Amino acid sequence: MSAQSALLKEIAGPAGQDLNAQALRADARRESLRLLALLAPSLFLVCAIIIVPIGWLFWLSLFDETGAFSAANYARFFEQASYIGTFITTFKVAFIVTGACVLLGYPLAYMLSQLPRRAASICLIFVILPFWTSVLVRTYAWLVILQRKGLINSWLIDLGVISQPLSLANNFSGVVIGMTHILLPFLVLPLYASMKTIDTDCLRAGMNLGAGPAATFRQIFFPLSLPGLASGVVIVFVLCLGFFVTPALMGGGKVVMWAMRMEQTTSLYSNWGAGAALGVVLLVVTLALLGLFQWLLGARATGVWSSR
Amino acid sequence: MNRNFRTFAIAGLIASVAVPALAADTITVASWGGTYQEAETKAFFKPTADALGITIKEDTTNGLDDVRLQVTGNAVKWDITELGADECARGSKEGLFEKLDYGIIDKSGINPKLVHDDWVGISYTSVVLIYRTDVFGDKGPKTWADFWNVEKFPGRRALSSSQATETLSVAALASGLPIDKVYPVDIDGALKSVDKIRGHVDAWWTSGAQAMQLVKDGEVDMASIWNGRAGTLKKAGAPVSFSFDQGVLTADCMVIPKGAKNKEAAMKALAMFVSPQLQANLPLYVDNGPVNEKAFETGKIPPERIKDINSAPENVKKQVLQDAEFWRDTLVEATEKFNNLIQQ
Repeated sequence: MSAQSALLKEIAGPAGQDLNAQALRADARRESLRLLALLAPSLFLVCAIIIVPIGWLFWLSLFDETGAFSAANYARFFEQASYIGTFITTFKVAFIVTGACVLLGYPLAYMLSQLPRRAASICLIFVILPFWTSVLVRTYAWLVILQRKGLINSWLIDLGVISQPLSLANNFSGVVIGMTHILLPFLVLPLYASMKTIDTDCLRAGMNLGAGPAATFRQIFFPLSLPGLASGVVIVFVLCLGFFVTPALMGGGKVVMWAMRMEQTTSLYSNWGAGAALGVVLLVVTLALLGLFQWLLGARATGVWSSR
Repeated sequence: MNRNFRTFAIAGLIASVAVPALAADTITVASWGGTYQEAETKAFFKPTADALGITIKEDTTNGLDDVRLQVTGNAVKWDITELGADECARGSKEGLFEKLDYGIIDKSGINPKLVHDDWVGISYTSVVLIYRTDVFGDKGPKTWADFWNVEKFPGRRALSSSQATETLSVAALASGLPIDKVYPVDIDGALKSVDKIRGHVDAWWTSGAQAMQLVKDGEVDMASIWNGRAGTLKKAGAPVSFSFDQGVLTADCMVIPKGAKNKEAAMKALAMFVSPQLQANLPLYVDNGPVNEKAFETGKIPPERIKDINSAPENVKKQVLQDAEFWRDTLVEATEKFNNLIQQ
């Protein structure tokens, strides 16, 4: 907009007479109206399938089982310890899984971005391949690998590393392992894409100016890869918060996440209001966290930009 | 001319009658799918379709929610659907089902607790205690009190979290109540009993397949499990042992959803499903016992098979029958308390 008005001023000339400024302004207005008309169908769709249902969800959460207007659905979160426990578990899982994905995914994406094109595309296939397998199948596969008489435990026992099988499945560690595997591609792919766009001339320039490989990575490559990392982290973190299948199967009923609570509330107790309240709380907290992320990383990213 | 007209009129009449008649000849029955529904197809649906000259289409259900959605949404797809007995009791309270006509359905031989205005029992499942014989030999836990005794029977344990009412019945038995004193369940007492064991439970299962996998793969050494799953494990050669002692008998039931398109044919079909002759077919295909005890008098079930059927009169005596009416009014609250306890 500001560029446009600057342009208008230029056209108007140094004397400041608006020769055909009015006509141009009218033109611009017509243009934006036309664009709005083009956008209208999709705006309507977004409204109909996202905003209206979320509003409805919020509305539902304000009524108790008898249909009376009440805050009971929200009060129960504070009255019952198990809800707070579920909430903490959900975020604990999300933080740990996201952290694990970053630790595993960053080096992987870095390696992929440095490989020759052909090798990189072969390796990428291995990253994407699990995407084509159902989450359920992969979760069951992990169960087979991790359980007490599973592959890992029997190998470790055969090798004499341990005498008693480790508890890897049906608990917290099982959930973390399973979810990390499933969510890893969601971090690697955006990160790889952003790493590929990093201009290698910048790195060469750094080297030219006397930076060693470590310094080049730390001062140039890493900051430039941050936006990609941030989008990967956000995707993984948000997906974690709503995860259902893997914790339900790998947690042995002992790791109860928010989505599982929602399922229970709606299908078992048929209490849609309470289920809606759970949804609203998760949505609000997620949005708040995303805002925080944006703010932190946004500040960071602009900092990087200006230092360039 | 006159004759022509008459032929025409008759043809028209036939056409107008034949179309609805054809539609009336098809009913849709929904059940749980899997091997259980395959057995029902062979035991109930196919013979009924043949005898009544109707077509029975099949569908699968996830339970009461599906029925509630169809009825309240005025889009009833099913003429008959199977549910758990406590779901039938709850749905009945909500007015989701059509009244049953016991002039057509013969209720003799069915436990009166499973015969109601708008729902009727169809088969039995038992919750039994299973343990691995490679861990305990034949000296494994035999009663729920044994299962709760972590000093005498150390080992990994699994119980059901999805079937809270069954686990609460089990917990009541574990606290030492005799089988005829379990109902009405003292829910707070049962919860206290759950509280004692919950720290020693290594997995809470939410599906029959999961319970089976936990035991089969040695992830746990003892568990509560449905008898059908236990029987499958034993037949597959897994080192396990179980009995019907202190089992918890749970009934499944059938209903005609309110607004079903084909009520009359459904009523006749349902009458066939619960008849002793067809009921006697069921244990020939699965371990779910017939709901009609007259089935055992038909001579269809081989005598050596009878002792393995959970609803055989001998075995019924050893077990507690889940009281659907009791859970109708207490299920939601009890389940919520139970989940809050085990999810702490």
